[in-house]
Amino acid sequence: MAELDTSSGGSKKGGKVRSKKQSTRVDLTAMVDLAFLLITFFMLTTTLAKPQAMDLAMPDKDKDKPESKLEIADNRTMTILLGQNNRIEWYMGLVDNPKTPTVDNFGRDGIRKALIEKIKEVRGITGDPKKGLIVLIKPSDKSTYRNLVDILDEMKISDVQTYAIVDITNPEIGLMKRDGIYK
Amino acid sequence: MPRVKVPRKSTAIDMTAMCDVAFLLLTFFILTATARQPEPLPVDTPASTVKIKLPETDVATVTIGQGKIFFGVKGQQIRINMLDRISKRYNLQFTEQEKVRFSVVETFGVPVANLKQFIALSNDERNQAGLQPGIPADSTDNQLHEWILAARYATKELNNKDLRLSIKGDSKEEYPEIKKVIDIFQKQKINKFSLITSLRQAEK
Repeated sequence: MAELDTSSGGSKKGGKVRSKKQSTRVDLTAMVDLAFLLITFFMLTTTLAKPQAMDLAMPDKDKDKPESKLEIADNRTMTILLGQNNRIEWYMGLVDNPKTPTVDNFGRDGIRKALIEKIKEVRGITGDPKKGLIVLIKPSDKSTYRNLVDILDEMKISDVQTYAIVDITNPEIGLMKRDGIYK
Repeated sequence: MPRVKVPRKSTAIDMTAMCDVAFLLLTFFILTATARQPEPLPVDTPASTVKIKLPETDVATVTIGQGKIFFGVKGQQIRINMLDRISKRYNLQFTEQEKVRFSVVETFGVPVANLKQFIALSNDERNQAGLQPGIPADSTDNQLHEWILAARYATKELNNKDLRLSIKGDSKEEYPEIKKVIDIFQKQKINKFSLITSLRQAEK
């Protein structure tokens, strides 16, 4: 680093009075602090600002393709109905004869518990790890977009392999009305 | 025997090199950081735990909020090509200048009939809240369908890639609005698309 000689001429006696030259060295610590602070800020904002994308595949709507229709055992299906005020209701089997219809909440103590339990149960029934739980998600007109994303997120968290978003039917709306989560 | 004196060293360190590096990195990050475009329709995206990032190119975003639908495609050339197709479809004429002006708009939400006035507005005027009424997507006048179709053709022609569609919905938005857009996607046989979410901060 370039440094000027500041001690020259100070010791001579009887010479002219010279003003002492100041050192050109500047304390850079504060500047470096600031620079690193800004670096951290820009690094974090550039990577975190990108939005997350949740991939979603909808079932094919083609009616003239009968092979895309699949018959599934009703002891493997769980239907989740999204009602109003962030409430959900789920049942196993068919809507005509719903087994254990339960009004539930989102989150760890709500639907996740039920999902994990049912995944285990279905695996026990079929005895085949490939034939796991099938979840049908039926959002009602009163549910919000947040509910939809939350329930899809629950599918990812509890690792449900097969799930689909399906249109809701009238008997199911009736079921939700009965339990007071759809008005 | 005299003790060996260890000369005291100064604790001041030469910061110049460190300062140089710090500012070099700072400059790099400032320049690479993309300035956030002001959004004409601010939405509060719901949180999720997925960590997959949205790709930078060949993406179209349908923004849904307050009952309005906005549409945006990445890439200026694609937007110009898309506008050409729309102008043919609706028999509208746009000058070269208008096309260039349109190509810098990231997201828009006006009916095709108002497109000319919309292009003539300045950037600040466009982003005023409530100025853009949204793109009509009813079954009688499904302009969103046409925009998506035009964007898909444009992406295929220019980049030879399939356009990836994504929905950016407000978390308070009711499901029928979302369903309407999903139905438009499915009508074009798009069964795979993305939902844009923000990162969930902490586990509940």
